[in-house]
Amino acid sequence: MEILLSIAIGVLGASGVWLVLRPRTFQVLMGLSLLGYAVNLFIFAMGSLSMGQEPIVAPGIPADLLHYTDPLPQALVLTAIVIGFATTALFLVVVLALRGLSGTDHVDGEERQ
Amino acid sequence: MRDWVSHAMPHLIVVPVALPMLAAAVMLLLGGQRRAQALVGILSGVAGLIVAVALLQWADTRATSEAIGVYLPSNWHVPFGIVLAVDRLSALMLVLTAILGVASLAFAAARWDRAGVHFHTLFQIQLMGLNGAFLTADLFNLFVFFEVTLAASYGLLLHGSGRARVRSGLHYIAMNLLASVFFLIGVAMLYGVTGTLNMADMARKLPLVPIGDRGLLHAGAAILGVAFLIKAAAWPLNFWLAGAYAAAAAPVAALFTILTKVGVYALLRLWTLMLPSEEAGAASFAGEALVYIGLVTLAVGAAGMLTVKQPRRLAGFSIVVSAGTMLAAIGFASVALIGGALFYLLASTLAGAALFLLAELIERSREMRPAPRDFHDDEADRVPAYVVPDVPERRERLEEEAPVGQAIPGTMAFLGLAFAACALLVAGLPPLPGFLAKLAMLRALLEPSGTVPAAAAWTMFALLIASGLLSTLAFSRAGIRFFWAPRGRPVPKLAMAESAPIAALLLLAAALTVLAEPALRYSQATARSLLDPTQYIESVMAAVPRSR
Repeated sequence: MEILLSIAIGVLGASGVWLVLRPRTFQVLMGLSLLGYAVNLFIFAMGSLSMGQEPIVAPGIPADLLHYTDPLPQALVLTAIVIGFATTALFLVVVLALRGLSGTDHVDGEERQ
Repeated sequence: MRDWVSHAMPHLIVVPVALPMLAAAVMLLLGGQRRAQALVGILSGVAGLIVAVALLQWADTRATSEAIGVYLPSNWHVPFGIVLAVDRLSALMLVLTAILGVASLAFAAARWDRAGVHFHTLFQIQLMGLNGAFLTADLFNLFVFFEVTLAASYGLLLHGSGRARVRSGLHYIAMNLLASVFFLIGVAMLYGVTGTLNMADMARKLPLVPIGDRGLLHAGAAILGVAFLIKAAAWPLNFWLAGAYAAAAAPVAALFTILTKVGVYALLRLWTLMLPSEEAGAASFAGEALVYIGLVTLAVGAAGMLTVKQPRRLAGFSIVVSAGTMLAAIGFASVALIGGALFYLLASTLAGAALFLLAELIERSREMRPAPRDFHDDEADRVPAYVVPDVPERRERLEEEAPVGQAIPGTMAFLGLAFAACALLVAGLPPLPGFLAKLAMLRALLEPSGTVPAAAAWTMFALLIASGLLSTLAFSRAGIRFFWAPRGRPVPKLAMAESAPIAALLLLAAALTVLAEPALRYSQATARSLLDPTQYIESVMAAVPRSR
């Protein structure tokens, strides 16, 4: 599972970096989203990786991290997803506005000669 | 005064966050009534200023060991809940934010808030994010307040729309989204290693981190540092700044002056918290890195000043210079230097904000239009923001004849004097406080300081003086072009509401000269308590939830 998760983070991160460095605004937008996903998974991995365990203390199970999954990274990821979603939507609006104002989807608002 | 402050004290800490949020909510309820919105905004700004000054006084009059106020917003036990903490540094930054906020709002209420919708709401949310970032003692909460600040700043930067603004807005947003990614990676790594997000708790747990995890810890701290360096406009991550700030509407740019200082603040706060519990090798590496990055930023900013023609780009580069000076000073980790640098921060931030506001008036007077363009009061709200046309590119009119024997009109005299005052502040010349701040820093640099090699101290010594010279050159060249070669322009009309904030900012800076002694004493006390963070850590950790 660790290997699977790290491969997923690596692929998402690498694709994100490549796309962010592209000159088209939509590619930059997609790249930033992919980077956001990679980071969310990364935060998740920084807690404890475990399957089928509860994040909230339940009666009858000793209250330590051996028997539970760390709830804090889940809360952080939730916040990061919401913030990332909002800022991506805003960025999309700006991308469209620049497309409308300049007639090109180059990040500089004009084509390189 | 003292009575109500100590009576209201733990709860007063949350006011700088809650007040702008409430004001923003009220503004949304008010709908499109711009006058009422402006009134609510200015009232909230002034109330915020009063609270910030009260907090500053509270922190100033108490002994160092007691000058840290802690507030538990959700009444949870300390490492688990979010903590707001106010100490001398936070109080200082709150006051500075409130001053810039009120001045920019007053300036915007004259004209700029009509250029698009929701200006005042976004402005309040920006103030809320800034205040929150200065108050919070929790790393993830810092991220949230950063994002609140940035989300509002995206809206404000695009305020007024137009191609130049949207284009540099796109760059600005992309850069800051990337910085947020770095921020999250750094926070996640630090959490993975230390198991806590509370800054004080983290500083306490650092010595317990096993050797095997040290690499991960340092990598996390470095990535987090990169995120802050992007926000603080450090070279080579600052190429977006001059364009974005020059494109922003004047009152927005004036408030943005404090936005780069948030990055500086976060670095100063975390670096001084983590410093004592870190082993010598990593600490001196980080310190040296900060010093060299700061010095290069300072040099690039000073050189950049010489290359620009527009006054607002000049203001942009003066912010880069200020950020570079601060970063380099932080890296030395000496009380005297950081104390001087904090005083410099006050002077340079006031000057930067005044310069952005002034640049707008200067450029408007150079556009040679008989009267400032009016936005139609009742139209702007219904029309989507992007339809409002941008201020057109200024063109020199060479065919105008030069007037002979014309007396300098009063408005030009005001603009010229204000510009000269800004120049003195940025270049650090007497009698304004920029000089005193630089003098304090130069004196501190002569004393040998801990880990950083002496060559770096001498380089900074030389660069501080050289940057002063370069900015004097740049400003006098610009001043000659703006004020001595007017080529028969009509005398600009100045609105009282627009010139008063500039005058107020510059008078405040001048007052800093008179009050230099208490101000320097305060900033030195701030630096002392920053470099000995046990008090901060203990105060935050000792906070207990209130029981009813």
